[in-house]
Amino acid sequence: MKLSFSTKVFAMVLSAGLVAGCSSTGENMEDEAYGSDVQAIGGDDGSTVYGGDDGDGVSSGVLSDEERQAAREQAEQQALRDITTFYFDFDTSEIKQEARDVLVAHARYLADNPRQQVRLEGHADDRGTKEYNLALGERRANAIQRFLIVNGASRGQMETVSYGEEKPAVRGTSDSARAQNRRVELIFQ
Amino acid sequence: MTRKTSCHKTTVKMLLTGWLAAMMLSAGNASAELLIRITEGANSAIPVSVVPFAESGAMPPGDKVSSIVQGDLTMSGEFRTLEPSKMLSLPSKGSDVYFRDWRMLGQRYVLVGELTRSGDRVQARYELFDVNQEKRILGETAAAGVGSVRTLAHHISDRIYEAITGEPGVFSTKLAYVTVSGEGDQMRYRLQVSDVDGKRANIRLESREPILSPAWSPDGKKLAYVSFETGKPAIYVHELSSGQRDKVADFPGLNSAPAWSEDGKSLLMTLSRDGNAEIYQMDLASRKTTKLTNHWAIDTEPAWDYANKGIYFTSDRSGGPQIYFMERPGAEPRRITFGSRYNARPRPDNKGEYVYYVHQRDRAFHIARTNLKTGDESIITRTESDESPSVSPNGRLLIYATGQNGASVLTVVSADGGAAYSLPAADGDVREPAWGPITR
Repeated sequence: MKLSFSTKVFAMVLSAGLVAGCSSTGENMEDEAYGSDVQAIGGDDGSTVYGGDDGDGVSSGVLSDEERQAAREQAEQQALRDITTFYFDFDTSEIKQEARDVLVAHARYLADNPRQQVRLEGHADDRGTKEYNLALGERRANAIQRFLIVNGASRGQMETVSYGEEKPAVRGTSDSARAQNRRVELIFQ
Repeated sequence: MTRKTSCHKTTVKMLLTGWLAAMMLSAGNASAELLIRITEGANSAIPVSVVPFAESGAMPPGDKVSSIVQGDLTMSGEFRTLEPSKMLSLPSKGSDVYFRDWRMLGQRYVLVGELTRSGDRVQARYELFDVNQEKRILGETAAAGVGSVRTLAHHISDRIYEAITGEPGVFSTKLAYVTVSGEGDQMRYRLQVSDVDGKRANIRLESREPILSPAWSPDGKKLAYVSFETGKPAIYVHELSSGQRDKVADFPGLNSAPAWSEDGKSLLMTLSRDGNAEIYQMDLASRKTTKLTNHWAIDTEPAWDYANKGIYFTSDRSGGPQIYFMERPGAEPRRITFGSRYNARPRPDNKGEYVYYVHQRDRAFHIARTNLKTGDESIITRTESDESPSVSPNGRLLIYATGQNGASVLTVVSADGGAAYSLPAADGDVREPAWGPITR
């Protein structure tokens, strides 16, 4: 998985601190408990995993406040970006308030990764007419696209397509099924 | 009175007109047929007796001419036909018609006739009588190849219909529609063309991706439609006899809602290449487009009115979808519908009398029509999740798609909503009906 620039910096700083010892990096690490037996063995989700034999069973509370904060933000951003479907009320393309933070996270990610491509697929529920719903699905996808651009993504990274009512996420005519079909999906390429 | 007509799985045969030539993609040529189920009779139906025709020589297998004619006349909603079992006599020519028998049975018209097999042709001689006036009003012969008995029967139905009502019959016209069956990887969309009674259905395009909005050229030789086979919507023009097709619109964004001009030389369409859905006119020879609407709202679902030469379309420029009218291409649009927050997909009757459209009332979507002279609106369907109205070429019938038991079926009503029959598919879903033109 691609790491953002800030995550890479974080991981680099961390591993530099481990290899060189805390004093030479100037980091404020309480790392006396970490000797050469303990090494960074993997990085995932903006955090770094430590493994190895620590001998006396001392706990690993060695991160600074800044690093903890950064790790938390990374995790939050990732959690936001796990959401890739956005829902709409009947016959509108208005983006819901709760979607905005998620979209900002996606926009930042796209801004940080200019080569990342994403396809925005717009949909409508089955009520009303097919051709109008095709245009409505497109308007929803365009609304999402505009929001992402305003928040840092570039137009060239995005492709939009509408399926109208033709590809429902959930079959059926209940209110709940229909609510799940009025959506835009982000498909990262 | 409700009645099921029986459905035979007939194999496809070549017609004299060559309607059923050259399939596009599929190997086989017969397909799931639509079944007719008559759901309501019209209140003012004219009683007509279609007496089973006498036969001379070996007749081909399949439905009898008189039973096809009987089905046609009933399907129009304007006639009530007498069951042959109730007939007191079975004449085959005028001199055998005893009018008092038919008056006693309450009949207004009687059709009698005879079929003669001669080599590979079947000839029909038929006569239509006005029972009260005791007068013959039609006496004709017609013939077709032995493989085209249905064509012969529908021709006779058209002649009867015209003699009695003065309007052209639509029994020889075709329907185009899309069927959907299967799930997941096995899902298949099929564009099909059938007779107006659902028989002799033929697949014209088979795809794993959606097919929408089939539209008949005015000469009945081509279908324009929207296909997602390339991953996004594009408009194709498909010539039926050769199977050849051209992709005429594949611009960025939408390519949708094709509608033919009366001379068959241009298509109206919805494109969004300039940023939002607008209506364009494309000259098919040059592929040049002219933009007809210019508004940030969604403008789509255009339809030419061949009677008054204007264009109807759907626009949500006033907040929600409503029907608008341009007196000529590019003119300032005028709003037509006001009574509900959702009115879309206009289809004028091409007689200058009505425009039909999808109309929301409370939580239901019906088909409604507006009287173009008075502005009066009326809902003409009792079903509640209706889409895709298409008017018959004589303006007397309307076909549309509606949800029934979780699947989509086609339903035909008389234009004032008086009578109805439905055509569910043998399996899966049927949608997007388009009524073909009269071609004679």
